[in-house]
Amino acid sequence: MIPTSYYLALSALLFTLGVAGVLTRRNAIIVFMSVELMLNSANLAFVAFARQFLDLSGQVFVFFVMVVAAAEVAVGLALIVAIFRSKQSISLDSLNQLKG
Amino acid sequence: MFSLAPLVVLFPLAGFLANLFFGRRLGAQQSGLLAVVAAGASFLVAVLQLAALAGNGFQPATVPVADWLRLGDFHVRWAFQIDSLSATMMLVVSGVGTLIHIYSLGYMRADVEHNGDPGRYTRFFVYMNLFLVSMLTLVGADNFLMLFVGWEGVGLCSYLLIGFWFEKGEGGVGNARAAMKAFVVNRIGDFGLLLAMFLIFWTFGTLTFGELFERLEAVRLDAAGQWIVVAITLLLLLGATGKSAQIPLYVWLPDAMAGPTPVSALIHAATMVTAGIYMITRAHPLFALAPLSMEVVAWIGAATALFAATIAVAQTDIKRVLAYSTISQLGFMVAAVGLGAYVAGMFHLVTHAFFKALLFLSAGSVIQALERGAHADAHGGQSGEAPIDPQDMRHMGGLWGRLPVTRWVYLIGALALAGLPPLSGFFSKDEILLDAFAHNLVIYVVLSVAAFLTAFYMGRQVLMVFFGRPRSAGAAHATESPAVVTTPLVLLAILSALGGLLNLPAFDEHGYAGALIFKEFLGHTLEAEALPLNWGVAGLATALALAALGLAYALYSRAYASAQDRDPLQGLLGPVFAWLRDKWYVDELYGRLVVRPFHTLSQVTARALDLGGVDMTFNNLGELARAAAAGFSRFQLGYARRYALVMFAGAVAVLVYFLMAR
Repeated sequence: MIPTSYYLALSALLFTLGVAGVLTRRNAIIVFMSVELMLNSANLAFVAFARQFLDLSGQVFVFFVMVVAAAEVAVGLALIVAIFRSKQSISLDSLNQLKG
Repeated sequence: MFSLAPLVVLFPLAGFLANLFFGRRLGAQQSGLLAVVAAGASFLVAVLQLAALAGNGFQPATVPVADWLRLGDFHVRWAFQIDSLSATMMLVVSGVGTLIHIYSLGYMRADVEHNGDPGRYTRFFVYMNLFLVSMLTLVGADNFLMLFVGWEGVGLCSYLLIGFWFEKGEGGVGNARAAMKAFVVNRIGDFGLLLAMFLIFWTFGTLTFGELFERLEAVRLDAAGQWIVVAITLLLLLGATGKSAQIPLYVWLPDAMAGPTPVSALIHAATMVTAGIYMITRAHPLFALAPLSMEVVAWIGAATALFAATIAVAQTDIKRVLAYSTISQLGFMVAAVGLGAYVAGMFHLVTHAFFKALLFLSAGSVIQALERGAHADAHGGQSGEAPIDPQDMRHMGGLWGRLPVTRWVYLIGALALAGLPPLSGFFSKDEILLDAFAHNLVIYVVLSVAAFLTAFYMGRQVLMVFFGRPRSAGAAHATESPAVVTTPLVLLAILSALGGLLNLPAFDEHGYAGALIFKEFLGHTLEAEALPLNWGVAGLATALALAALGLAYALYSRAYASAQDRDPLQGLLGPVFAWLRDKWYVDELYGRLVVRPFHTLSQVTARALDLGGVDMTFNNLGELARAAAAGFSRFQLGYARRYALVMFAGAVAVLVYFLMAR
């Protein structure tokens, strides 16, 4: 059986990739995808622990995360479309009207 | 029957609310009638209460309506106390009130036309009904707190009605200023009443009259308690001097004449100003424990009676004479209750309500007759006379032939006030003089001099108004008022003439059927004493009144050929006359002693404390918040990724903290 620590290492790697993507990319869609990456890395950690401790609640939690992520994608993409219509751009740096 | 007692207040309350919300929609005519019906219904209920009392052997009854406050031991409820004292007041207030409401139907119609704002007709009746609500609450209360509600309510109505034409008067603010003065001066008295109530609750633990008077025994033998009762009664007296216009707080009443004449009659002569006398009478068991306070009350009353009478002698405004006369007569009543002669005080209160309301209403009739005369003259174009002050007696004269009803009722009112037998004023004033004679000779002499002056200024007034030659075009063309105005006058004149029947004096201690009815009646509530008639006192009082009227006739029957003439008293009294005419300069004295220092003080505090202290503190606090906001807003760059980075750093920091803390 593959040790749990391998899964956790992969999860941490994926999460770091996600964070790096959010912090460095300007394109809203890429940022969005990076957020999904972070969510899924967390899912991976959940199922890994669920398997180790033989506890199904970790797996159930993953389903919840996926449902929420799906809803978030729906809303988020709609927002991006709306922003593109008004700004002709989806660069996050052009959305700075709320600065002090 | 007693259960109907709340209706005495609820009827005017309904009239007040209906006129307040729907008055405009009802139209002037209907709203006026509604107010009259409300007042009349209230009077009927008061009569029913009297009948109920009679059926109950005149035993007092308490009619609870609702719980009001319950805080620990402190319990106050809305409840009506029906006994012979409150029933008397209810009958006077609602009875005279109803007559004055009827009179106002006609008077105010002309008044709003004359002042050029017919829309205000309804408002007048709204205030009047509210006044009845407050006054009947005051007299019906079974505890001090409910009495205080009525007490403040009548003060509010007084303020509203004095300032009824708030945009008129001297410099466009005269009436508003008079209203404010009445309110502020009354507040000083109210403050005394409030403190008295605090002290009563602190000492006796109750504000309900019945319970309070039962608990008085506890302090009767206690020296410290005695002094507390003295303090309570003196504070109550301060309240009474405010509401009942006694020295030193009487100054608001003459200025209150800025209100329409029915207001002067109802509030500032017949009912509201007697609230102080009623309150002292109601609290008589307290006063009985404080002989010192009784002494003070008697002296303040006597001093006010004389002082105000001297001023009335030299006034030229028809209503001001009556105003000072009212202060003086209230002084008689206060002196009476101070001497322990509660029945005499209440008796004079009742008859005074009749004849002083009559005099004020008749004066209103005279004033409007003059306004009509001036109006007719201006339209007829007979003489181009400048408009005159229709309240100035110097511009009247010769109205005897022109006002066939008003002249008789005015004469009856004036003679009743002067104290000529067999009119009501003679009996009530004689009873006060009799008690003064029996208890305190100095006060008796003071009151007798005041009575002499009373007869003199009333003689002067009648002669100046009705006799001699007309001294203005208005007086020359004056016409009698309509029936709606004169009918209440006639009714009041009958009451003024026959009011003495209420309490005919007894010739010896046995009395006779029909003597001292009022004393018997009030005797169920108060410890009433009645001295048998003293022919010397009565004869001297009558002789003084006749002498004063004769003196007035000698001086004024041929005086004032024209409005610019000198007053004959001026020649007689020399410089003293100016002092009398200018009201002993009390207003100026108060202005110098109280008003101006107060102004200066408020200027100083406004600048130093308000602008320099409070304003500066809060301005600086605001400035600080604004600066802080400007500083912190730098963080709001608007770049989402930067926010994410900060969040990330924060998350890492939290994580590191927990890992290190392990």
